[in-house]
Amino acid sequence: MTAIYKHRLFWPIVALLTLIVVNAVARPQFIKITMRDGELYGPLISILRESAPLMLVALGMTIVIATRGIDLSVGATMAVSGAVALTIIDGSDDPGNVGTVLIACVVAVLVSLVLGAWNGFLVSVVGIQPIIATLVLMLAGRGVALLITGGFITTVNSEPFAFIASGYLFALPFAFLIGLVAIIVLSLVERRTALGVLTEAVGINPEASRLAGVRSRSIIWGAYMVSGMLAGIAGLIYASNIKAADANAAGVFIELYAILAVVLGGTSLNGGKFSIAGTVVGVLIIQTLESTILFLGVSSAQSPVFFAVVVVIVVIVQSSRLRDGLAALSTRLRSRSEADEKVEVA
Amino acid sequence: MTADIEVPPIVEMRGITIRFPGVLALDNVDFTLRPGEVHSLMGENGAGKSTLIKALTGVYAIDSGSIAVAGERQTFDTAADAQEAGISTVYQEVNLCTNLTVGENVMLGHEKRRGTGIDWKATHREAARHLDSLGLQLDTRSMLSNHSIAIQQLVAISRAMVLDAKVLILDEPTSSLDRGEVEQLFGVIRDLRDKGVAILFVSHFLDQVYEISDRITVLRNGTLVGEYPIEELPRDALVTKMIGRELEDLAAIANSSHRSIDRTGTPVVKATGLGKRGVLEPADLEIYEGEVVGIAGLLGSGRTELVRLLYGADRADEGSVEVHGEHARLHQPRHAIEHRISLSSENRREEGVVADLTVAENIVLGMQARQGWLKKIPKKDQDAVVQEYIEALGVRPANPNALVGNLSGGNQQKVLLARWLATAPELLVLDEPTRGIDVGAKADIQRKVAELSAQGLSVIFISSELEEVLRMAQRVVVLRDRKKIGELEAATTDLDALIDYIANAGEGTAA
Repeated sequence: MTAIYKHRLFWPIVALLTLIVVNAVARPQFIKITMRDGELYGPLISILRESAPLMLVALGMTIVIATRGIDLSVGATMAVSGAVALTIIDGSDDPGNVGTVLIACVVAVLVSLVLGAWNGFLVSVVGIQPIIATLVLMLAGRGVALLITGGFITTVNSEPFAFIASGYLFALPFAFLIGLVAIIVLSLVERRTALGVLTEAVGINPEASRLAGVRSRSIIWGAYMVSGMLAGIAGLIYASNIKAADANAAGVFIELYAILAVVLGGTSLNGGKFSIAGTVVGVLIIQTLESTILFLGVSSAQSPVFFAVVVVIVVIVQSSRLRDGLAALSTRLRSRSEADEKVEVA
Repeated sequence: MTADIEVPPIVEMRGITIRFPGVLALDNVDFTLRPGEVHSLMGENGAGKSTLIKALTGVYAIDSGSIAVAGERQTFDTAADAQEAGISTVYQEVNLCTNLTVGENVMLGHEKRRGTGIDWKATHREAARHLDSLGLQLDTRSMLSNHSIAIQQLVAISRAMVLDAKVLILDEPTSSLDRGEVEQLFGVIRDLRDKGVAILFVSHFLDQVYEISDRITVLRNGTLVGEYPIEELPRDALVTKMIGRELEDLAAIANSSHRSIDRTGTPVVKATGLGKRGVLEPADLEIYEGEVVGIAGLLGSGRTELVRLLYGADRADEGSVEVHGEHARLHQPRHAIEHRISLSSENRREEGVVADLTVAENIVLGMQARQGWLKKIPKKDQDAVVQEYIEALGVRPANPNALVGNLSGGNQQKVLLARWLATAPELLVLDEPTRGIDVGAKADIQRKVAELSAQGLSVIFISSELEEVLRMAQRVVVLRDRKKIGELEAATTDLDALIDYIANAGEGTAA
């Protein structure tokens, strides 16, 4: 029992389950899943589908944070990726052609990879602080996206492109499957190779790692490239969902939600130990909370406050440091009062 | 206290004991500081100097003992409390605001007021007065960042005077100053001393200590060795007291170490004219197969700098390195590791262990880094290596999944030794591998190193404990003031000769 209680994912999962239970009690159809034409539907399935962009971005953010970094440019990268894909599709003779859409997606993801590489270059080679280095692209990226779309919101009517966000495969939303594949691939790469432990070593103690012969520069650079690429895919899902490239709205604030998801999942912003499973739970908490707000009919004026209150509670409940801190404080107060007594005796 | 001619002390620390997890940092140490004296605190790294200073400045809470300032008993909970009591500290890294002007820095928090605002004219006038009293003519409206470190340090001292400091602590103030700047600083120190300020001076430059001090207190391994007037403590006596002469049951290691080394062939590693401006004057070094080369010298003598340049941890700007007679480009630690050279840093916490990883992960880190991230060492092989070294070195707890950060210093050091041995080095550089660890772990590590070198491993062994260096090494390289001053054969050198060499060799007029 104590082992379960101490597991690092115990509190995040408790928070997620609590949210689901609250919803289910309020309106039982929340947990109802129906099968229609071989496709699954229901509020929980919607959460899985809608969480896909945040899931991808947060996964990349997890790796970057593990290296003691942060990537603020993911939202802007999403905008660029969507703009690149839609511009290519829009400019082609046959927007409904699967081949065209595939090429557009591949090019968009490659461009995102280049943006990630730029971030990684600034951080690992030039030595700029991650928050500043990625701020550059966060601010400039949307401008680039606007430049690509010529300042307009490019819209397309493309069956294959729309499939990315709203299609189904094996009875599950395609967008969710993309997220699932990313989770599995990333977990395998991090844990089956030595990348995970080397990333943690670099994040915990960069100098010791360098002296141990770890190629910290490449590892940090790679983390930003992964983050950029995943943000690019997230941008495609977002654009597919609205069938448009909206450079000003795509991925706005997603970097902050992604950071929140990573932290909710128990990965420290100080770098080092990271948990992909934790991030997955963190993303699901955020997405469930968003749905809860809609589902319970919280008015739009109150919803940010509602969101904030729940997040604050979740963060406080699972903060082990807070719990340790409270314990340490009480022992210190006790020893302080004992010390005072001693002084009086002396 | 008997009524003698001595002035009553301004600071009296009695029976100070500070314990850190697993370490007794200070054990029942007394320290007395009198007005109008320059008092040097001496000791090797880990002797407890900075801990004592931090106890006096309220950074660390003391576990037992008492601190009295001007006869009044004090308990400092914060650094601000100590400052309030008239104790000011000027650290090696100047802690002023470089983006403010000189005058603003001097008067920070004590600006002259006029109504609700600040009278900047009067504030700067006051700042100029304080600076002037230290013999400094500076434009108080110039940015602090435009001045040299030396001037910034003097500004920090002026600031301490604004706070009406009765005690001024100077922690390694001269390490980044040139000769002329040191003179200027010393002028100010003497001036303050004559005005009755008590000055606690910490420096690892022996010449400077002898130039400025009236009195010396020596610490070793967290205990007080003694307090001496400067004229009663010649240099070699000081060095002896700092380093100590512990007789441990390690004679056997000495016997096995004192074998002759065949130095006719090609050295395993040969450095020629290796140096870096401002860090180390060019030095030569050769290490042969199965040889243990000791490096001796006081802290700051350049011993760590020499091996860091050799390892590629810092980039040398002159000189070259040959491995087995072939030129080797060692610009990064991983280049050195590829040439089978490993270095265990003296800075165990910051540059050695990865605290939040497990014992097993720490041990495997070096091997894994060498393999690259793609080829993960199979779990079974990892377990075998980890188990082997935990047993061979006696790591406690013998749990591969314990977090290294929770281990004692000695066991962390064993984990690091395991990390490096697992990479199968041909040259192992150990920088202070036994500092701050208990005697048992120390003996384990020394025994293992002696055993491996007898099997052909070449070792560079750096230690502040000269007996240990003489015991482990066949040859001792001596450095002083960032310069190699010579080499001695360990078998024909005793401790006194080595101490004398470190203190006096090439110093024609000294001692």
